[in-house]
Amino acid sequence: MKKELKVVPIKNGTVIDHITAGQALNVLKILEINGRTDAVVSVVINVRSKKMGRKDIVKVEDRELKPDEVDKIALIAPNATINIIHDSEVTGKHKVYLPKSIEGIIRCANPNCISNAEKEPVMSKFITVSENPPQFRCFYCERIIEDASRNIC
Amino acid sequence: MFTKRHIISTRDFSKEEIDYVLSRAEELEIYARAEEPGDGKGRGRKSDLLKGKILANLFYEPSTRTRFSFETAMKRLGGEVINLSSTEASSVAKGENLADTIRTVSGYCDVIVLRHPHEGASRMAASFSPVPIINAGDGAGQHPTQTLLDLYTIKREGLLDGLRIALIGDLKYGRTVHSLAYALSLYKATLFFVSPEALRMPDEIKSDLKEAGAEVLESTDIKEIIKEANVLYVTRIQKERFPDPAEYRKVAGTYRITTDLIEENEDVIIMHPLPKVDEIDVEVDGTKNARYFKQTFYGVPVRMAILSILLGKEEMG
Ligand SMILES: Nc1ncnc2c1ncn2[C@@H]1O[C@H](COP(=O)(O)OP(=O)(O)OP(=O)(O)O)[C@@H](O)[C@H]1O
Ligand SMILES: [Mg+2]
Ligand SMILES: [Zn+2]
Repeated sequence: MKKELKVVPIKNGTVIDHITAGQALNVLKILEINGRTDAVVSVVINVRSKKMGRKDIVKVEDRELKPDEVDKIALIAPNATINIIHDSEVTGKHKVYLPKSIEGIIRCANPNCISNAEKEPVMSKFITVSENPPQFRCFYCERIIEDASRNIC
Repeated sequence: MFTKRHIISTRDFSKEEIDYVLSRAEELEIYARAEEPGDGKGRGRKSDLLKGKILANLFYEPSTRTRFSFETAMKRLGGEVINLSSTEASSVAKGENLADTIRTVSGYCDVIVLRHPHEGASRMAASFSPVPIINAGDGAGQHPTQTLLDLYTIKREGLLDGLRIALIGDLKYGRTVHSLAYALSLYKATLFFVSPEALRMPDEIKSDLKEAGAEVLESTDIKEIIKEANVLYVTRIQKERFPDPAEYRKVAGTYRITTDLIEENEDVIIMHPLPKVDEIDVEVDGTKNARYFKQTFYGVPVRMAILSILLGKEEMG
């Protein structure tokens, strides 16, 4: 039997596989892919996986996502793999790496942090202190953020 | 040697940089004293090291010691000070944001000292300021010059090497003890954490400290460790932390420093970031063990050292 495809096969595009279960919609949010973008997108949530128990998958047609634009999803999906599909074949595969610092995307969990002050012209910024488990220190108030998925802007 | 343009967080300092500030403070201490003190000993000396320089004190929250000691440090080195003391009387009251205030005030001075209710305010201010920002307290965040003057006090007592210090009181929320503990870990100090169960030092901080080289011991009872320590660093236990006022009184009583307690260790010195309320018996103020007023004086030479370094005046006073 041909290899089972967890998502509808596509000819060209990108498959983001091994997304932490439940985080697919946050991945789309971080990549700023939404109803207003042209791309055809399919999402699979909570499918069984040998490696991960359960996982999510996102498939974006006709768009080849660049590593540095995808790396930031490591914030919430550190095990994600990016598969580039050409003529229905996987022609490229890479892991995501947490950037050393992250601007925007997540907000500081400390309500009294200056980065949450509405009047100030400042964007949130975090320094990665540990990759696995992912941990971030707010550049401003120094509070540690452990679960980035709860703090997506 | 000293590359910092701004003084924001104790975390930004290496041990070498702290040592440098402390030794600079020792050189400048003579200028921190009054030239003609009441006792007629005339131990102080005049300086115009920072002549022509202007410091702006921007305090969005009340302060006595920090604001005055920065002002004194600057003036004793021949510099001048401008103050935003009442936020109601300035454009802050009209809703101006901190970023704009900083962009404006930085055009009027050579260095800004900032106290602000939001954590991270000074770090943000630094990105809008062409002149150095000194964080004088950001909400529940950092207050690095307090830590430096605490270290200076300990050093002046000859206790910095091989230090055994008990940090007493609210170790959970107290910002001063967190940054002091962090700095002391750079000196491989032995740290005794003495607090009520509910106000213990957070685990993440403890593991950071051990990793950095400190030895960490915990207790809920001062009597258990007083003989082991050369310094008691006392902080206030706030009423608001206890839902039950009776429970608060009981706990606060247990952690009060009394002359009876000090008898257990005659050589111990007692420090406190001040203001104190009743966590230290007033009778202790007059003992040879009390160091907290000296400690507040040391705020002046330490802030002189920082100002002279930031303003590029490294020569002698
Ligand atoms: N043409 C295609 N259209 C849609 N999805 C595809 C296509 N080809 C592969 N995929 C999906 O992309 C992912 C990676 O495919 P691959 O064939 O490399 O699987 P794998 O061997 O299980 O890889 P891995 O070791 O990364 O799990 C899988 O989720 C697969 O279902
Ligand atoms: Mg697979
Ligand atoms: Zn923050």
